[in-house]
Amino acid sequence: MKIIGTGSAVPSLTVTNDDLAAFLDTNDAWISSRTGIQARHLLSTESLYDLAVDAADKAIKASGLRTDQIDFLLVSNVANQHVTPGLSCIIQKRIGVTCAGLDINVACAGFVNALMLADSMIKAGHAKNILIVCAEEPTKYCDWHERDCSVLFGDGAGAVVLTEGTAFKDVKLTMISDRDVLYYERGMETTPFEQHYVKGQPLVMKGKELFKTAVTESAKDIQNVLDYNHLTHEDITWFMLHQANKRIIESIRHIIGGPEEKYPTVIEKYGNTSSASIPIMLDEMLRAGKIKAGDKIIMSAFGAGFVSAACLWDWEF
Amino acid sequence: MSKIQDKARALIASKMKLDESEITPEKHLFNDLGADSLDFVELSVLLEREFNVKFTETETANAKTVGDLYELIEKYTKKP
Repeated sequence: MKIIGTGSAVPSLTVTNDDLAAFLDTNDAWISSRTGIQARHLLSTESLYDLAVDAADKAIKASGLRTDQIDFLLVSNVANQHVTPGLSCIIQKRIGVTCAGLDINVACAGFVNALMLADSMIKAGHAKNILIVCAEEPTKYCDWHERDCSVLFGDGAGAVVLTEGTAFKDVKLTMISDRDVLYYERGMETTPFEQHYVKGQPLVMKGKELFKTAVTESAKDIQNVLDYNHLTHEDITWFMLHQANKRIIESIRHIIGGPEEKYPTVIEKYGNTSSASIPIMLDEMLRAGKIKAGDKIIMSAFGAGFVSAACLWDWEF
Repeated sequence: MSKIQDKARALIASKMKLDESEITPEKHLFNDLGADSLDFVELSVLLEREFNVKFTETETANAKTVGDLYELIEKYTKKP
């Protein structure tokens, strides 16, 4: 499997740390030093569906394929206004594809998990050209009266078109059942028989615990992929890590090794865009000409679950 | 200074981007070495991994100086 087209889209509204400090008990120095985030883009006039379609359209255009050549649509999304139908169904018509599709929710690790599914489907002959769209609006499940979560997130979408090839080399997925470190509960309709009604509540995050687990498990995934493929950090051109917190990226680098330049970031301008963070960064790096044929790339992400995942590419165009 | 302390000192210096000579047992992590709360979490992850130990939340909350960290590591790595 290889990637032949990428696209991304973020909302038009940019919100800086100073903008947040106007109504939250925080400031630019605190947010920047602890997260690396300077700004994020938030949905205001457009919808998540607009972003998803925009990213998908760009990826298909970049791939050189026609929409009728896309065989399958895989969408990664944690939550959006519609519990049902799935986001893949909602955006299918606007993208202009007619193929089947499905949604996955593997939190911020959704993109790497979707890659694993796409690779399996292509190898099994179920599809030849697959469109993955990661579209997320995490700012809609934060409590905007407190600073712990709301300063971290941004909205956005990233998309890739995949086809047969040999660039995708390996993937490692991890799941450790531990709901309490990070969760968002939606309220559901009650019934006359319900005895344990749970009212929804915004995102809950135990920051320090999450930080430790994220660093420990992501480093394990990456080291596993390196070891299994008889590689060291020196063989890797780019470590493209989930953009949740720059300090987490630095800690993982401290364990895995390699210079800071090999660990690109876009978190400064977008914040944490959940499963869209890696495809957005990939799109920007490809369009900037930073990725060359033969580059060895590790992608690694983690999220609520606790889940984490890492994969290896030997890049080809 | 024990080998364990040597390794821990090197790791703390590397993480905090300081010279090893600045990492002495009496140094307060926050007041003297300029650590913030996240540095402390990062340090505990790196030390736990390096020495294959697991600190409790209370232990890490109570550790304030470089010497406290040395004691914590030695508590878990001491052979019976």
